Amino acid sequence: MAVKVVRRPELTFWEKTYLPQIMSGLKITSAHFFRNLFLHIAHLLGRFKHLRASATIQYPEELRPLMSRFRSRHRLTVREDGSPRCVGCMLCETVCPAKCITIVPGEHPDPNVEKYPVRFDIDLGVCVYCGYCVEVCPEDAIRMDTGILDLAAYSREAMQLDIHELMDPKLRKPVSDCSLNFPHKCEITGGELRGTWDGIDRSKG
Amino acid sequence: MMEDLVIKLALAGVVLFGVLNLAGLHTWVERKQSALIQDRIGANRADIFGFRLLGLFHALADAVKMFTKEDIVPARADKTLHALAPFFSVFFALVAFAAIPFGDRLILGEGRVIELQVAKLDVALLYVFAMLSLGVYGVILAGFASRNNYAILGGLRAAAQMISYEIALGIAIIGVIMVYGTMDLAELVRAQGRMIGGWIPFWGIVAQPVAFIVFVTAALAETKRVPFDLPEGESEIIGYFVEYSGMKFGMFFLTDFLETIMVACLATTLFFGGWQVPFLMPDGFHFPWGGELLVPHLVYVLLGVASFSIKVLSFCWLFMQIRWTLPRFRYDQLMKLGWRGLFPISVVNVAVTAVVLLFFGETL
Repeated sequence: MAVKVVRRPELTFWEKTYLPQIMSGLKITSAHFFRNLFLHIAHLLGRFKHLRASATIQYPEELRPLMSRFRSRHRLTVREDGSPRCVGCMLCETVCPAKCITIVPGEHPDPNVEKYPVRFDIDLGVCVYCGYCVEVCPEDAIRMDTGILDLAAYSREAMQLDIHELMDPKLRKPVSDCSLNFPHKCEITGGELRGTWDGIDRSKG
Repeated sequence: MMEDLVIKLALAGVVLFGVLNLAGLHTWVERKQSALIQDRIGANRADIFGFRLLGLFHALADAVKMFTKEDIVPARADKTLHALAPFFSVFFALVAFAAIPFGDRLILGEGRVIELQVAKLDVALLYVFAMLSLGVYGVILAGFASRNNYAILGGLRAAAQMISYEIALGIAIIGVIMVYGTMDLAELVRAQGRMIGGWIPFWGIVAQPVAFIVFVTAALAETKRVPFDLPEGESEIIGYFVEYSGMKFGMFFLTDFLETIMVACLATTLFFGGWQVPFLMPDGFHFPWGGELLVPHLVYVLLGVASFSIKVLSFCWLFMQIRWTLPRFRYDQLMKLGWRGLFPISVVNVAVTAVVLLFFGETL
């Protein structure tokens, strides 16, 4: 039977007195203390900004850097004329495992574009952030690259994004003013159709 | 007579104001210093009208919280003792400051002499240690009156620890008393004003380095803070104040900080020359390389007070640094360190000091 004798290091006399070990511990903590104290003061004076004084990320003011593939709040991409790229093909609504996307397509005036979304809702309270809708979209019309993470709301209704908030990621509920000029079911006017295709240059499509 | 009373009250007021504010600030220092050590930022969110002042208002917010919290007294507790215990703790920690000299005597106008010390006692050192020892009453009463087994065990741990370390503490300072030949703290500080060979101030740390290490270790154990926080062990082993809430708990917390400041004051007074400034004589600086800088009496006294304050604050910083550096001792390690480490060392120190004083006493 092979026996391995583990030799545990004997403490020297000085180590047994604690004092040198306490000193080396204090050296480490003091080094951190004075380094950070110096850096904090230097930052107040606007110097050495490239050296971080603490590992803390002060959340609401300062955001953690996100990976470029990170999936955050959705947005609908727009054409040059301001209308949505979405062609109402329903692929994202179909592929959605959480069934949180609701699309009502309407007929597009341009004969080259078959449909467009009159209504496009995503219920973020149900969404599982799988990104399938982004993967499946043939038109690159929906993306999850806004970097917006703070999606909490006080009610389930506030979690339901409609086409206004999806077209403009900066918008948060309650949306008071509608700036979309193509015809869409507008929540602000109680679900009535609002907007026209007039003034939209369809040649740029 | 009336003037003397006013002066004494003013001195007491100044000391109480300074000490209590410093203790309150310690909550801020504790947060910020630990944050800096651990590469964090520390509490900085409390604000008044948008001013955050580096998180200083958290101390205020804490006080408001403590005072407005529900004060819970356990149903089976001894109500009187339960209420008295925190007051004992704070009271004995506060009155000990009366004997600390924080400056040289101030001479005003027509010969009125004010000792910058609340109570001028011939046995100031004994008085301070008596008050510190009485602090154990608050601790053990808190454990006993709560009628909670955890609290009683915590109180017993605290009592055993404080009494064990008080012996090493007491014997460690006997060496200092022997060297300077007085128990009057004001005289003791004055005696430390001498120079050895004109260059090195004859402070306690020079005369009694071993006593200094024993004293600081034992005194840190007296304050019941990490690494000697077995009586409290807030999160793990449940201490004597487990049944306290609101400001009564806050008072135990305050006592810890008060004792830390007390230990800093004592270490300064006994080992670092109290209000002495190197090369500063009552009429001004006399440098050993021949320079001289004469200062008025008021400036001399103020320099002394500033010197004392800076030394005390440095010690507070050091103790806080130690608190955030070392892990907690195990109880057997604690007792071993106290009885088999510090106690014999302090006794040997006294013996060696006695022999040295006997043979070389005149030359010192």
